[in-house]
Amino acid sequence: MKLKDILACVDGVLVCGESHLEDEVKRGFASDLMSDVLTILEDDILLITGLSNNQAIRTAEMSDISNILLVRNKKPSQTMIDMANELNIALAYTSYSLFKTSGLLFAQGLKPVY
Amino acid sequence: MRQEYLVPAQDFSVAGVASSNLKRLLKQLNINPFTIKRIMVAVFEAEVNVIAHSYGGRIVCDLEEEEITIQVIDTGPGIPNLDLAMTEGWSTASEQVRELGYGAGMGLPNIKKNCDHLTIQTKAGEHTHITMLFCLKEGE
Repeated sequence: MKLKDILACVDGVLVCGESHLEDEVKRGFASDLMSDVLTILEDDILLITGLSNNQAIRTAEMSDISNILLVRNKKPSQTMIDMANELNIALAYTSYSLFKTSGLLFAQGLKPVY
Repeated sequence: MRQEYLVPAQDFSVAGVASSNLKRLLKQLNINPFTIKRIMVAVFEAEVNVIAHSYGGRIVCDLEEEEITIQVIDTGPGIPNLDLAMTEGWSTASEQVRELGYGAGMGLPNIKKNCDHLTIQTKAGEHTHITMLFCLKEGE
């Protein structure tokens, strides 16, 4: 599923990382726990999270995650946006809940990591 | 080649800075991307542990042709029960650490999973010294 289709599916707003809109995202992983995100070694995943802080960006950097979708209308801070830009990570948000976001994307064919 | 990074205690604003600098170096050295990911997950977990649980410490990386050895040495207070700390889901992290998305009790088990050899020297009241070994030959 392309990032642009993911955003259309959940009425998402892209904050930075326009060059990623055509990225093919294979799987999604939804968690507010960065400790759990760090256990994922798969490539090309979308991180769906309600954790809107610098740690979400740092964790994505370490796990080679290029696309982050914040849920529950958690808009990223300027520091997060600056970090994401520097690390070439696409950052978007949606007003939908973690459950609704994951459900809609799953129904559209985005696969789970496990 | 040896590289050393300082890790302060309790300052989460810099959590990941040391790991990020190491990642940049590993990329410059053209190390296999999957190996870099394994190294970074393990080192980042260890860095977060030093910030969350210790009085501060340092990360010492020895980069050789066939292997990378990374030592994470803090200044205390040590782990009273290492067996418990190695158990998935067991954590002594503060509420503040959990609010930041960490402290799920996956740190040490995840470090063990990602490195080729791990030794941990620790004792309550003393420092903790973690040594992680990553082989570069396989998969290169």
